[in-house]
Order: sequence, then structure tokens, then C-alpha cells
Amino acid sequence: MPKLTVDGIEVEVPAGATVMQACEAAGKEIPRFCYHERLSIAGNCRMCLVEVSPGPPKPQASCALPAAEGQVIVTESAKVKKAREGVMEFLLINHPLDCPICDQGGECDLQDQAMAYGKGYSRFDENKRAVTEKHMGPLIKTVMTRCIHCTRCVRFSEEVAGVEEIGALYRGENMQITSYLEQAVSSELSANVIDLCPVGALTSKPTAFHYRPWELTRNDSIDVMDAVGASTTIHSRTAEVIRITPRLNDDVNEEWVTDTGRFCADGLKERRLDRPWVRSGGELKPATWAQAFAAVQAALKGVDPKDIVAVAGDLCAVEDLVAAKDLLTGLGVTRLECRTDGAAYEGPPAHWRFNTTIAGLEQADVILLVGCDPRLDAPLVNSRIRKAVRRGGAVVFRIGAGSDPSYPLTELGDDLALLAKLPGELMERLTAAQRPAVLVGSRNASPQVLAAVHKLTPHLVKDGWNGFNILHDRASRVGAMTTGWAGEGLEAFAASRPKLMVLLGVDEVALAPFGGATKIYVGSHGDRGAAVADIILPAAAWAEKPGTWVNMEGRVQRALRAVFPPGDAREDWTIYRALADVLGIRLPYDTLEQLRARIAAEWPELGAEGLVPAAWEKASIKAGKPEGASVPRPTDFYSSNPILRASPTMRACVAEILEGRRPALLEAAE
Amino acid sequence: MTLADKDRIFTNLYGFQPWGIAHAMKRGDWADTKALMAQGQDAIIQKVKDSGLRGRGGAGFPTGMKWSFMPKESKDGRPSFLVVNADESEPGSCKDREIIRHDPHKLIEGALIAGYAMRARAAYIYIRGEYIREAEVLFAAVEEAYAKGFIGKNACGSGYDFDVFVHRGGGAYICGEETAMIESLEGKKGQPRLKPPFPAGVGLYGCPTTVNNVESIAVVPTILRRGADWFAGIGRPNNTGTKLFQIAGHVNAPCVVEEAMSIPFRELIDTQCGGIRGGWDNLLAVIPGGSSVPLVPAEQIIDAPMDFVGLKELKSGLGTAAVIVMDKSTDIVRAIARISYFYKHESCGQCTPCREGTGWMWRVMERLVTGDAEPHEVDLLLEVTTQVEGHTICALGDAAAWPIQGLIRHFRPEIEKRIAKRRGFVAVPGLAEAAE
Repeated sequence: MPKLTVDGIEVEVPAGATVMQACEAAGKEIPRFCYHERLSIAGNCRMCLVEVSPGPPKPQASCALPAAEGQVIVTESAKVKKAREGVMEFLLINHPLDCPICDQGGECDLQDQAMAYGKGYSRFDENKRAVTEKHMGPLIKTVMTRCIHCTRCVRFSEEVAGVEEIGALYRGENMQITSYLEQAVSSELSANVIDLCPVGALTSKPTAFHYRPWELTRNDSIDVMDAVGASTTIHSRTAEVIRITPRLNDDVNEEWVTDTGRFCADGLKERRLDRPWVRSGGELKPATWAQAFAAVQAALKGVDPKDIVAVAGDLCAVEDLVAAKDLLTGLGVTRLECRTDGAAYEGPPAHWRFNTTIAGLEQADVILLVGCDPRLDAPLVNSRIRKAVRRGGAVVFRIGAGSDPSYPLTELGDDLALLAKLPGELMERLTAAQRPAVLVGSRNASPQVLAAVHKLTPHLVKDGWNGFNILHDRASRVGAMTTGWAGEGLEAFAASRPKLMVLLGVDEVALAPFGGATKIYVGSHGDRGAAVADIILPAAAWAEKPGTWVNMEGRVQRALRAVFPPGDAREDWTIYRALADVLGIRLPYDTLEQLRARIAAEWPELGAEGLVPAAWEKASIKAGKPEGASVPRPTDFYSSNPILRASPTMRACVAEILEGRRPALLEAAE
Repeated sequence: MTLADKDRIFTNLYGFQPWGIAHAMKRGDWADTKALMAQGQDAIIQKVKDSGLRGRGGAGFPTGMKWSFMPKESKDGRPSFLVVNADESEPGSCKDREIIRHDPHKLIEGALIAGYAMRARAAYIYIRGEYIREAEVLFAAVEEAYAKGFIGKNACGSGYDFDVFVHRGGGAYICGEETAMIESLEGKKGQPRLKPPFPAGVGLYGCPTTVNNVESIAVVPTILRRGADWFAGIGRPNNTGTKLFQIAGHVNAPCVVEEAMSIPFRELIDTQCGGIRGGWDNLLAVIPGGSSVPLVPAEQIIDAPMDFVGLKELKSGLGTAAVIVMDKSTDIVRAIARISYFYKHESCGQCTPCREGTGWMWRVMERLVTGDAEPHEVDLLLEVTTQVEGHTICALGDAAAWPIQGLIRHFRPEIEKRIAKRRGFVAVPGLAEAAE
């Protein structure tokens, strides 16, 4: 714990801290461009210079200098100011100063710091440097003349994203940042470089020239494109979601968000269900809410509640699920299901949660992936595994198939039978490991797989460590499991030939086996579910309602409403509340607060945000031995839910990143 | 004070004899190297310290002290490495080239002894990419030494295993910076690393590493054979030993010559280079240590001792002792502008002041050559150099700034004259003719 003096203020910082951190501890703001807490230290912008004694007489880069006992730091001397002004002048001489047409304008580090250290005029009489644009794919727009060569993007792609696709060409003032051969960056986290870029060199391509940051209204939200539940901010203008940016949350997403979570917003404007529809004569016809409710009433008439099943989709908020469940319970319906991917987990929460926690996974020393593809299922979990491998030296094994995870791993083969008889090396490591973790892909959580993994729990569950993890990829799943949406399974539902089906935004399930049932679809997008529905009740998408989501760890998180649902679409819970009145059932809540109070009364853990760890209970699952290949991901990364499928940006990603079709404009230029 | 022939270390500097191992052994190389090593590692380091040898790559850091920073034993199993810097790219410098092509075994033997002293597992000789023939000689010489059992397993019968690898660079000046060289050896873009950590702690492949110049390494066997006192007895205190001077430019006989440290400039030129072209009165200025040190005008340098301290007192430096002599026919502004271009071209682009500043300085310098500038731009340029100097990761920023600072310090009237001429304020007789 070195003690040092910063501008006369004595501070004590943890061993290993840098001088910059010491300055911050003393409340001094140090300007910086290249330094970023979550990336390695480059020390190349030279903006954070301070005077340090003892040491050489020249100013030192505080970001790279270890804090040492007895150092005396000066951050406010004339010499320091002059040094920083010098660096700022150098940064600006070749910067185009095109702030009025730059999308970074208003949230630009260079702009901000130029206010403090800029001269206000230029002494540079020569021609400025111009740099050709670099193609980085459908998400990242480049204006490389603005680049100040901080290399944050290079370090991010190499260290966090795990793809060595962004780098620097040439040297000196000709140095240019580019992607490898100007191909699209293939990482699922690639667009985070937009936030990292301190200037306007890398900006968002889909929203280029669409907005000024000060025009946008910000609302805290949660990413529902996967089950990680990354904290985000939704930026909206009037009725439109303009962009989504990550919010700091060390427990979940650090400060990253996936490309889907960031760019799904334009999917909110396409293929929307903005009015009720009722099928008559085999054709869906527009209807009013009254007509739709009447149709529901008619469809229910004479149907035994035992012949009614309800299925929860992937994007539902807890409020939707509980209101729907209350309504269905009022009708006497008990057959509910949320495990649309065929998973068989049930019982106590620890049996279907990500028990190590996402941040805790960094501490794991042996990791076994079973039938999951973390890079696509949960890229932010993948980056944690990568960290465990890179920093902690974790060893990773995989049973099943999947994409290149961006860290070294031992492929044991795509044969689930291996689970029953683990290879000797893995077994030795699991036994010897202090903090072993097994990640079971939700879609592969069959009774046989779960039984085999539960047999390993004597190794996985120890004091203060629970290495049993289900890797979910659907945002609503854990919330639905918590609120009792696990039933007898979709296969059993289909076999019983139900007469009526309630679908809560269910689009990832093959509904052909339910051919005979009348289908009531409550959801936001005209996707697969709506196509076969008989009655469509238009609901709000996640950004259009205040809601509670429970991520794969069991962490309860709340999102605010950013915009209102389009047309006649309504917040889901209000639909069930109104429908209940029509059907003569009394739901005891009129406001969201009352609904939340009702939820908290039955499930106290859902009453407040945060994570309540689940206690482990031993299970003995009676099932045969697992066998055969694992179930692959049903969709590609960019099309896993109706919002993404509706998004033009995501379609562009599929075309270019997955199918390798380069944009026509680029081809024409070549 | 001229160095006696018996005191020369590089006895085949001019290639009058073949470089091969047989002839090298006749010249005394590899003579009972085992006995030299048998003195023990700490004794070798102590002798090098006693000899007063300062690094010959330009910075002049005491070599023995540098070696003593290396760990005495590996606590975590990491090996140590010696990296020999043969990326001689400083404009004016050409001494390592002569050593490698005519006396490579001095270098290889030195690498073994130095590597042994600092407990290194292997030496990497990073040779400049443009040195094609020299690299061929070095590869062959290393082969010869392996064949004789002088290096490799049980090197020279000492029981110590030591490998020597030769690595050819790609031709970037910045790879002569020690940490950039380490990056380049690792296969990365040659960009200097931040210090700390210093290479002696975390260097090549994350292992303790010392980077030494070719000349510093090549003189070590002779120092051990003839004794630290002998070496320390040559030159002035703190500036001891012999030094390869590389005199280029407007002297009658440019040459690379081994001379005693601290030899006065006049003596060096008169005895080794046949005097200044056109006589001493025709001398304009001298860049005494390679392109990165400030120039020194004639009247100051003529009787100055050529060593680290003497030249530092003149606000210049010994550098690599690449003496660039310029007589009065030189367009001194243009000469420095060309040096500025070199640094602009060779800046790695990693850190801001150097990346942006070198280009700016060069562009202003180009305009000063013709006088196409405002009078205040001389001060502006000087200020820009101070904004670069001392603010960068490595010393290339300093190296780009110093020549310009030297020029403005000593030749400001010349620059201002050109500006005035161009602006038509005063007619300067003779300048137009000189420009043509």
C-alpha cells in the first residue's frame, strides 16, 4: 500500500496501482485518450503527463507509471499544463476539426479536452493529413482522418473480443488503423469500438448522421437479445429508439454490449403488430381491440381448461408472465411452459441458473462446456471465459460443437455420451480444480445430460463456489422458471392435442404439431408465431414497457420504458388485465406498482433488483445415459429473435459477416 | 595521444585478412575463452565495470552496471537473454558493419562471455535488414563457431550451454531502440515499449533481457584478456577505452578508425582523415555523434575532446561517434532539414508528439531551407521541438528535436537571413549565387 503525495494531498493506493489511479484517488482529473480501465496500458497518447519526483526531470505518463512509496506527484504545475497543451496541439494539427459534421460531436473526448488544453487557434500552417476510409463492416463507420491513433480499438479487439482483426498499418504520421484486409470485423462484440473510440474515427454506421447526442432522451434498460441481461441505455427521440449503448455494470457486462443488443433498435420499427388481427375464413383480418377480445371470448367458449396450454416466449418481462399466468389461472388453466428449446431443468433455482455468476466465472480454473456455444449464445460470458483463460490460466474443454471461441480449448468431440464417462485428463483436472465450472447449454439440457452433470456436482459445488451452470440464451427464461412456467414440456403438450394455445411472443417453436389448436398470439412482431395465429393481440416490445427481467444468473434487473408501443399495441400486462375484465375474472391490480407488489408478495426475490444466490440442493435425476450429437444453435447470431429478424442492420450483418457478401457500394468502388 | 597499434582491439577492421575462424584465432580470438569464463560471472561483470566501458550504442550507459541488473538466478524458471543490437541505422554510423564483416568472431566470442556473465541462455543478434553481405558473414561465422564447439552445448568446454541466433531486421530505424527491437524479435510491429518494466526485468518473450551494442559486446573479450586497467588507462576518466570513430563528410579521407577515447577533434581529423577539405578555416560545423545529436560549430569543436563528457559540455553528444564533418560549402539548413525528414520517415507512429511533431518539424524545416516562412516561425519551430523532446515513449522524439535545436542555437542568423531575403526585405550579396 504505497503512500504518495499528489498536489500536496496524501493518498494511499493499493499495491500495483498506477500514478494515474493515485491522482484520481486524490480527486485530480487526469486527461487521457489511450488509457482505458479494461484494456492494457499503451501509454501512447501522452496526454496524462504529470511531474513525478523522484524520477527523471521530464514529465511522465501517469497511466503507465507504477505508484511508489514516497512519490511526490504534481499535476497542476505550469510545466504539466504546457506539456499537455503541447500534446493537444499535436493531436489537433492533423485532426480535421470537422466537428459540425461529425457524429461524435458533443460526446467527443478530444472536443472536451480541447476546451481545457486547446489553444483556440492553430499554429500549424502546413497541409493536414488525410486518410482513406477503411471498411470495417456493416456496423462500424470509419472516418480515419479523425483518428488519433490511441489504439483502443486494436487493444479491444485483441484482448476482449479475441479477434486479431483490427491493427495498425505503416508508421509515423502515415500510421493507419484498419481491419484486416478491410474485411468486416467478425466479433460479436465488435461495435464496442464505437464507444471506445475517443474521437469520431469509428462511429455507428446504421445511425450515421441520424442524431446529435444532446437531442436524445436516455433511459436505463436491459439488453434482452440474450440471457446475459447487459445493462444498456436506450437513447430515443420522440417515438423512435435511435441507439442503444452499454451501461457500466461490473457484475454483468462490464461496459460492453453485444452487436445485437446495440443494433437491434431498427428492428423495433419493422414488421410491427400495431393493431389486433383476427383470422376469419382462413385469412387474418384487422380488428379492433373489442373485436379481438370478443374473438378470444368466443374461442374460449366451451373449451375445457385442460385443453388449453400456454407457452412463454423468449422476450417476456416478469410482469407479462405473471399477469398472463394470473389470467390463465383464473380460467383454470394450469398447463404452462417456457422451456421452448426442450430443456428439462426444473426444481430449485440453483438447478437452472448460472451459479458461478458471470463475473465469478473469471475465477474458474477448469471450465467444461457442454452443448453450448458461448461465443454466440452469450458473447459477454465468452469474454469472461477468455479472461479466465488469459489472466487466470483456466483450462477449457468442450463436449459438443460450436464456433471458434477465441481462446484455446480442448475439443473432446460432439458426443454427449462422453459425459457419462469423462476422459481421464478432464476428470483429473476437475477433481484437482479449486473452482471448476460446467456450462450446460440450455438447448442441450436433456434429462440425460442433466443427470450426468448432476453426478459431477460433488466436484463442482464446494464451500463458497458453485460451478453448476446452465448457459441460457433466452432473456425471459429464468424469469419464467422463477414464476412457475415450467410444465410438462412442449412434446407432451403436442401429444395431448390441445384445443387452444396462448402464445406469449413465441416465435422460435415449430407450431405445426399444434395444428388443431386455436392460437392466441400476444406479441410485438409479425414473425413466425403471428403467421400461424388465429387471434393476434399486439403488445409492446421490451423498449416500450417498463419491465423486470431476470438474467441467467438469477439477477433481477429493471428496465424503463424508452418509447411507446406503436399504433394500438399495448403493454402486455395491461392486455391481460383488460382481457380478464372481458372474461369476468378479477385481476387484483390496476397499476404496474400494484402488479409488482403482487409479484413481490409471491416471489420476494423478484421484489427488488439484484442477485439473491440460490442455495444448492442435491438432486438425483433418473434418466438414461446421454448419447448422440449435441443440439446445434437453431439460428445464427444475428437472427435469434423476431426483433433481430426484423432489423435491416442485422440482415446486413448476416449478408456480409456470415455470408461474405461485400456491400455493393464497395464492390462498385473496386 | 593517438592510439598505438598494440592497443587496437579490432585488428582486422579493414579486412586485410579473411574474417574466417582460422584467421580470427590467429588474431587472438577464441584464445582460451574457457579460462576467461572460468573467472566467474561476477568477476567478469566486475572487470567490465572496472574497465569503465560505456555503451557504444549512443547513450553511453555503463555496460558492467547494465549487466548487473540481470537476475543472478531465475526464481520462476524464466531464462535470461542477451540481445545484441546490430541494427545500425543511425545516419553516419557504420562501425558495427565493419566489425561484423571483418571481425565477426570478436562479436560472437563477446556474446558468449557477456551472455555467460549475465547468465543468459542465448544471444539474439538483431542485424539490420539492409546489411545483406554482413548478415551472410555473420550467419557463416556463427556456423563456424558452432562447428568448433565454441558456442552451443558446453560452449568452449566451459560446461555452459549458450546459443547464438542471428535475426535479420526489416529495415526500420526504430528497431534499433532496445524495446522496439525486442518487439520486432517477437514478431510484432517494431514499436518501443513503455518503461518500466525495463528489459532486465521483462524483456524478450517476457524474460529478463539485456540489449547491448555490437561494439560494446565485441570489446569485452579483449578487455578481459588485457585487463580492465589497460582499457581504463586509455582516454579520460569516465570516458575510457578505445572507440571506433566513423568520420564522414568533408574530410580528405573519410574512414572508420579505432582511436583512443577523448582524442581531440583536431588530432583525430589531422592524423586519421588527412585534414578538413580546404583546410581548417573551411570547417563550418560538425555533427559529432550521428544524426541525432546537435551539431557543433567549427570554433567550438576544433579543440574539444571527442568523448561523452567533452561533447556534452558543448550541448551535443558522442552518440555512436559517427562524426559528420561539414565545410563551408554545406547548406547547413538543408542538411538538417534532410535529417528531419529522416526522423519523420522513421517515427514509428505510436506516440503523439513524435508521430505528429516530426512531420510538422520537417515541413517547417523544408520551408526554412528556402526562407519561405514568417520570422516568428523560427521560434515556433524551436517551441515545437521542446514539445516533442522529453514527452515521448522512446528517445526518437529527442533525436528528432535535437538537430533542429542545434541548428537554431548556432545558425539562427543564417535562417533569418534566408527568410528576410525571400521576403525581399534585405538584399544579401552572394546568397543567390550560393543557392544556385
